[in-house]
Order: sequence, then structure tokens, then C-alpha cells
Amino acid sequence: MSEPFPSATPPIVEIHRVTRRFGDKTALDDVSLTVPRGGVFGLIGGNGAGKTTLIKHILGMLKDQTGSVSVFGLDPVKNPVGTLGRIGYLSEDRDLPNWMRVSELMRYTQAFFPTWDEKFAEELRVAFDLDPLAKVKNLSRGQRARTGLLVALAHRPELLVLDEPSSGLDPVVRRDILGAIIRTIADEGRTVLFSSHLLDEVERVADRVAIIHQGRVLLTAPLDEVKDTHRRVTLRFGQALERAPSLVGALSSTGQGEEWTYVCSGESEQLRRAAEAIGAQVVGDDALSLDEIFVTRIRP
Amino acid sequence: MQIHISANDGVPIYVQIVNQVKYQVASGRLKAGDELPPIRVLAERLIVNPNTVARAYRELESAGLVEKRRTAGTYVSDQGSPLARRERVRILTERVDALIAEARQMDIPKDDLLKLIENRHAVLKPASPEE
Repeated sequence: MSEPFPSATPPIVEIHRVTRRFGDKTALDDVSLTVPRGGVFGLIGGNGAGKTTLIKHILGMLKDQTGSVSVFGLDPVKNPVGTLGRIGYLSEDRDLPNWMRVSELMRYTQAFFPTWDEKFAEELRVAFDLDPLAKVKNLSRGQRARTGLLVALAHRPELLVLDEPSSGLDPVVRRDILGAIIRTIADEGRTVLFSSHLLDEVERVADRVAIIHQGRVLLTAPLDEVKDTHRRVTLRFGQALERAPSLVGALSSTGQGEEWTYVCSGESEQLRRAAEAIGAQVVGDDALSLDEIFVTRIRP
Repeated sequence: MQIHISANDGVPIYVQIVNQVKYQVASGRLKAGDELPPIRVLAERLIVNPNTVARAYRELESAGLVEKRRTAGTYVSDQGSPLARRERVRILTERVDALIAEARQMDIPKDDLLKLIENRHAVLKPASPEE
């Protein structure tokens, strides 16, 4: 470990201008992203957007072709010991050794992590209702996810990375996973990075989000800010119009006649002034769900 | 304290918490001196980020509806306080505004509306506290 130990509180993850190609396919296109310490960072994107590729760079499973990746101030490829030991990771396909029993997997994983908390691991096993003698290969999909979550959490990692943790799971297991995210950050200073395309979940638990689409980061900001700066406004014009007049900040528009509805980036007051400037009156002004914001943002 | 969160309707989650606590205080379901759940407990129960609950509690505190006590914990304030009274009037004002707007759309004159309110007031007995 040649790199100096970071001082103050640097970001947990810093990705600077990373581009990644697989053959002629560009999986990540000039991606820069900062995950600050503490809180929950939600990585949003559809299938094939580049979320898993990005996560693999953070875990040092892929080496940056251009740009740089730093985790806890270290290069995860050069310092797997200094980084992976402080990360808890649950992969999308929850690849666990099928031949082991749950108790064996717990002991096996413990050997890799000096910070493993045996009492906490046992608490999680009981809370998740996992049979210690069950073979991993015989676990149901939900129990498999819980087992993966247990081994990701039990060493009390500084950074918990969950790749699509809810995909294909029933609501009860999803609740366990989201609950684990919340308990993890309620412990001072811990950080969670999770990717998801279930945006109502992201909206519940994330502090900060990044929208990834076709390998590019379209938006990264605190969730509150994203919510405050995207509105759906309906404008009434003095006469019927053939199409929507252009409005500063508008991302999309629908409507007919005198009433037109815009999805906009901008705050209410700003949009009201913009509407007045084109001779329209605001008759509706609503907040958008993250789902609606996402769909609007990824449309070309 | 029953709170229901919906992440799909666009209203920020902290606003949903604030509005529901305000409503429960105004309607008497939460009374002066009642303790709100600790931030972490409510966050885990609702499955929302603890910072979101903290923000909701800060808003409620600055609106005068709840107060922090030295022994830690957040309690419903005495509703006799002017701030709390102002809040109750504000909630009712929103409802009255909606009622007036609707009455106008239906061409119901003001006097008829006032008469209707008096009639209904006489019909409805004072509500017994829920739960």
C-alpha cells in the first residue's frame, strides 16, 4: 500500500472520467462520480445502462482503461486488501458457493474479514430465519438474497455496495434489504451505494442519486435537490395553439388548445416567471416522482 | 402514530410526514406531551432515509408543533401556543379555500354556503376522539 492514508474526510468513492469499452460496445462513457461519506447513494438506470460495470470498477474487478477510480482514497485494483476488506458487497446474481451450508459460508466469509462481528452475524441469521444447516444450493431465492446480505453486512463494512438488491424478490425480502440499508447508515459514518431500477425504493432510502443512461451520467445530485428542481406545470394561454410554445427549462410537453403541460427542470418561482414571459398563466404546478423524472430525463 | 408513505405521487416524503403529523395534531389524535418515535425507529418502520425523518421533525419544530426536550426525544407541543393555533387555522384555511372554489364552480351563492355550514354544524355531534 504505497498510497498515503487520506486525511480529513475525503469522498468514499471518486470516479474521474472513466471510459470502458467491451469490444466495440461502450459500457461507460466518460463517467465522473463522487460518493460522499455517510448516507445512501442510489444509482439509477435501466438494464444495460452501465450500473454493474461501474460497480465492478469500484470493487476493483475491472481496471480503468482511461480515467481513475479511487475508493477510500486508494486504487481498488492496486490495493484490493485495503479496499475490499472495508466493503460489503451483494451482487445482482447473488453468486454464493452452492456446495456450502449457511453456517459454513458464515465461517468461510469470516476468515476474510478481521472486522467480522460474530454476535451481529448470528443476530442477522436469526432475524432472517436462515437454517444454519441448509445447503446454499437448496435455498429459495429470497433466503439466498438474505444469506448474501448477511455475509455482506456482518463485518460492518464502511461501504455497503448492493447491485440491484431487490430484483426478482418478493416484498417481504425487499423490506429486509431496505431495512438493512437504513440500519447501516443509521450507524454513524457508514455509506451505502446501491443500484436499482425500482425508483420508489430509491426515493424512499436514497440521499443522493445519479441517473445513468447508455453509459453516461445524465444527472447526479442530492435527491431533495432533484425533487425541488423538477416540476410539472400546466400553462393556460389566452388562445388555442397548434403546438406547445417553447418554455425555458422544459424537458417535454403535452397538451392541446389553450392548456399545455410541461415537465420542467427549474424551481416553481423561476417557472412562473418564464410562463409569464410567454404570456401564459400557471394553472397547475406539481412535484414529480423520481420515476417520472427518470423517464423524462432518459428520453432523447 | 400511524403514518403512510407513498413514493409514487410526487409529494416529497418529508412533506408527507409533516402533513400527516400536523393533521393528527390538529385533529386531536396526537395530544400535547405525546412523544414522537425516535428518528431511527420511525425511519426503520416507514423504510425511509433517517435524514428524511430528521428533516420532517425539524420542519415540525420550526412550525411550533413539536419541541425537543433536554432529555432527548421529540414531543407534541402545547396546542394553546400561538404558533400551533396559527398552524391549525392555516390547515383549515386551505380546506375553506377549496370549498369556496368548488361552491363558485357550482354557482352556489355565499349565503347558501354559510347556511349549509350552519346546518351541518348542527347535525354533526362533536366528534369523539378516534382510537
